[in-house]
Amino acid sequence: MSISNQLKNQHLLWRAAFGPMAENVNELADISQKELYKVLEKTSSKKPVELNVATNTFDGFMKGLQDLGQMQKLNRDQKKQLRKQSVEDLKNLNLTWLGEMINSEAQLREKMSLFWHGHFACRVINIYFQQQLLNVIRENALGNFGDLLRQVSKSPAMLSFLNNQQNKKQHPNENFAREVMELFTMGRGTYTETDIREAARAYTGWGFNLKGEFVNRSFLHDTGSKTFLGKTGNFDGDDIIDIILDQKATAKFITGKIYKYFVNDNIDEQKVEHLAEKFYRDNYDLQKLMNEIFLSDWFYQEKNIGTRIKSPVELIAGVRRLIPMELQKPEAQLLFQRVLGQILFYPPNVAGWPGGKNWIDSSALMFRMRLPQILTNAEEFLITPKDDDDVMMGKEGIDKNAKANQLQVIVDWNSVVKVFDQTSRENLFGRVNDTVLQTKNSINPNVLKRYVDNTSREGFIKSTIIELMSTPEYQLC
Amino acid sequence: MLFKRKEFLQIGSLASASLMMPKFLKAFEKKAVVPPGNKVMVVLQFSGGNDGLNTVIPIRNDIYYKSRPKLGIEKQQALQITDEAGLNPALPFFKDLFDEGSLGIMNNVGYPNPDHSHFRSMDIWQSASDSNEYVTSGWLGRYLDAQCDGCGKPTQALEIDDVLSLALKGENLKGLALRDPKKLYSSSNERYFKEINASHDHEEAAVDYLYKTLSETLESADYIYSQSRRHPSSQMYPPTQLGKNLKTICSLILSDINTKVYYVSLGSFDTHVNQENQQKRLFTELNDAISAFVKDLKSNNRFGDVAIMTFSEFGRRVAQNASGGTDHGTANNMFFIGGGLKQKGLLNPMCDLNDLNEGDLKFTVDFKSVYATMLHNWLGADDEKILGKKYEIMSFV
Repeated sequence: MSISNQLKNQHLLWRAAFGPMAENVNELADISQKELYKVLEKTSSKKPVELNVATNTFDGFMKGLQDLGQMQKLNRDQKKQLRKQSVEDLKNLNLTWLGEMINSEAQLREKMSLFWHGHFACRVINIYFQQQLLNVIRENALGNFGDLLRQVSKSPAMLSFLNNQQNKKQHPNENFAREVMELFTMGRGTYTETDIREAARAYTGWGFNLKGEFVNRSFLHDTGSKTFLGKTGNFDGDDIIDIILDQKATAKFITGKIYKYFVNDNIDEQKVEHLAEKFYRDNYDLQKLMNEIFLSDWFYQEKNIGTRIKSPVELIAGVRRLIPMELQKPEAQLLFQRVLGQILFYPPNVAGWPGGKNWIDSSALMFRMRLPQILTNAEEFLITPKDDDDVMMGKEGIDKNAKANQLQVIVDWNSVVKVFDQTSRENLFGRVNDTVLQTKNSINPNVLKRYVDNTSREGFIKSTIIELMSTPEYQLC
Repeated sequence: MLFKRKEFLQIGSLASASLMMPKFLKAFEKKAVVPPGNKVMVVLQFSGGNDGLNTVIPIRNDIYYKSRPKLGIEKQQALQITDEAGLNPALPFFKDLFDEGSLGIMNNVGYPNPDHSHFRSMDIWQSASDSNEYVTSGWLGRYLDAQCDGCGKPTQALEIDDVLSLALKGENLKGLALRDPKKLYSSSNERYFKEINASHDHEEAAVDYLYKTLSETLESADYIYSQSRRHPSSQMYPPTQLGKNLKTICSLILSDINTKVYYVSLGSFDTHVNQENQQKRLFTELNDAISAFVKDLKSNNRFGDVAIMTFSEFGRRVAQNASGGTDHGTANNMFFIGGGLKQKGLLNPMCDLNDLNEGDLKFTVDFKSVYATMLHNWLGADDEKILGKKYEIMSFV
C-alpha cells in the first residue's frame, strides 16, 4: 500500500508535535517531510519563555520565610493555607502548559518536554518546585541529556520527591539513588543493590533551601570511599552522574524509551542499538537523536503510522489543535485528565505513566469516545472524579468536588470548514476522514451516514469530524 | 443538529436496560437467589508498601523497640491479640474479628531476591512472577483465562477503580474496571458506539485491542448495572473512597452476578516520612470501611462465602529512618477475613528479628503459595495452570 504524502506529514505532526492544525492542513499535501521537520526544528530552536504562574498569595507567603527552619514556626492553619494555595497554583500551571502544547509554535520542544515530564516523573505539591522543574525540562528538552539529568537531579522538586533531603551520612536514604538509576538513566538489571547503597552514600548532603535553590550540605556528606559500578573513590553526587553517563547502558535505556514513545511500542532492537551508539558518540545530544529519527525513512513505514495509543493529554491537545476553540471553563480539562488517568504534575509514581495499552480500560475508553462531543459543546457531562490518594504520600490533590456540566465553548468552525472549500461533495467524506484519522481503516461509512448531519455542507463536515473523533480509531496516531 | 445527542447520558429505565441485554446474559437473571457456597474473593491492595511491623506488632520483642525508638508502638497501646502480638491501635474492628474467629494473619510473606522498588515489586506481586522474570499478565487475569475460556465477558473479575491493574489483565481476557455501576452504564449506553462496534470487521492489532475493550464494556455495562440495583445496600458505610467501594462490592455480592473476584486498593502507604499519622489515617479508613462491609455481609448471611485478602508490595525496613518513617523493606504480613476460614488467628510464627538480611526481614512463606491456596481451595481453580508451577497448598481456607 502506498502511503500518501499528507498522511506521512500528519504522522510527523502527531509524533513530533500535538497533531495538525486546521489552518495548515492544506499545506500538508505537498510539502516534504524533510521540509516540514525543518520548520518544526526551527520553531523550537529558541529558548522557551519560562512559565511563572505562582500567585501573589503564594509569593507573599514564601517571601516572609527566609529558610526552612522558619517553616516550622508556621502554625497549622498557615501551613494548610500555603499548601492549598500551591494546589490552586498547580492547576494554573497545568492549564498554562497545556495551552502551550496546543498553541505554541515550539511544538517539538513541548512534545519532548511532555516526554521528559513523564520520564522525570515527580509529584510534589509546591508550585515553586514544580514550576522550576518544568522550566528546567522545557529548556533542556532538546539539549544535552547529561545537562538535563544533572539539573533535574539537583532540582528541589526531585530531591524533595525522592527524599534526598533526608539522605544523611548517619542515615542514608536510598530512594533517590535507586530511582535515578532504575528509572532515569540505566534501567533495571544493569547495576547491583550494592551500587545503589554506594551511590546513596555519594548523594548524602544534596538538598535544597526554601528559595528553591540546590544546596550541598557538606556536614551531612559521607566523605568515605565508595565503590560504584566498578570504580572506587571519594565520590560525590556529580561523580556518580558522570559515571552513570559513562555507561552505554544509559544511552541504550534512554534511546529505547524515546523509540517506544515517538516511534513504536514494539522496539526494533537493531535500530535502537544503532541510535544508542550514535547518541553515545554524540555525547547525548538530544536534538541530533531526534533529527536522526524524524528524518529517517523507516519512521514513515506503515507499521509505525496510526498504531500508537494517544495519551490523554495528547488526545485533548489533538482535538483542540484541529478544531480551534476557546473554553470558558478551561478547568474542566483537569477533570478530563483525571478521569482519563493523566494529570500533569501528578504522575502515578516515580515511574511515570506506563502508557500504551495501559491507557485503555473500559471506562477510560468510553470517556475518550465522548470527549470530542463534550469539547465541542454538543454534550452535557457529569464526572465524579476519582479520589486521588494513590502515591500522593497522603497529600492533597485536585479538588474532587469540582463539577462541570456543559462546557461553554466557542468553536471556530469556520476555519475548519474552510479547509475543505476546494473539496467536491463526493470526495468530502474521504478528505475529512484522511484529515482526522491516521489508521489504515476507518469505520463503516454506512453506519456513519446515519449519524451525520446531511442538511448542509457545513453541518456535514462538523458532524463527520466529531463522529470520526468519537471512535476507537481516533485513539490511535 | 444530529450530532447533538441528547440521549447520551440519560439513564434508561431498568426495563429498557434489560431489553438491550444480550441473550446469553439474560440467563443469569433467572436464578432468584445466589445459593450459599458461591465463594467470592475480595483482594484489598495496600499500595505503597505498608509497614507490617507496625500493623501486627511484636509487643514482646526488644529488637523491635530498639530498632524503632520513636516509631515503635508500645505494648500498652497495641491491641493485644496473643502473648506476643498486638494490632495497630487504629484497627479495633480487626481485634473484634480476631476475637470472634474471623481473622487470619499470615506472617513473613514474600519472595526470593526481593526487589525494593514499588513499581517492580508490585509487578511481581500482581503478575505472580519470580523476581528475575518479567511477566506481562496478572495472576487474576490468568484465572479468567483458565476459568472463563469462552465466556466472552469480563465480569468474573471486577476492579473498583478507574484504571485496571495488571493483576486483572490476562493473556486473553481482562477484568473490568469500574468506579461504580451507574457511571459505567451511563457512559456506555450509546447507540452510535453499539453500531460502530457491531460493524467493525477489520483486523489490525492496535485497533482490535480497542474494539475488544469496547465490545466487552458494552456487553457488561447493562448487566452489572441491573445487578447492582437488585439489592441496594441499606447498611451505612463511611463516606470514604474505600467505604464507597466496599459498598459497591457488597451490592454486587448480594445480587446474582457471576463475579468471583473483586479487587480494590487503598493507599498510599509509602511512609518514608511522618509514618505514624499517615498509617493511622489509612488504617482508620480501612477499619471503618471493613467494619461496615462485614456487618452488611453478616446481616445478609453471606459472610461465610466471602474471603477478603490483603497484601502490599513489600513491608518496610525493621529500623526507622531519621525522618519519622521507614524505607522500603521485604517480607510482610497478610490479613484474611471471612466467616469461612478454616484456621484463624496467627497462622504461622511471627517474624524473627534476630535473623535479618541487611536490615530486612527474611520471608518464610512465598506469596505464590498463598495465591495457590486461594485459587485451589477457595475458588476451586487450577492453581498450577494459572501460576505456571505447583506451590504448596496451605489449609487456612
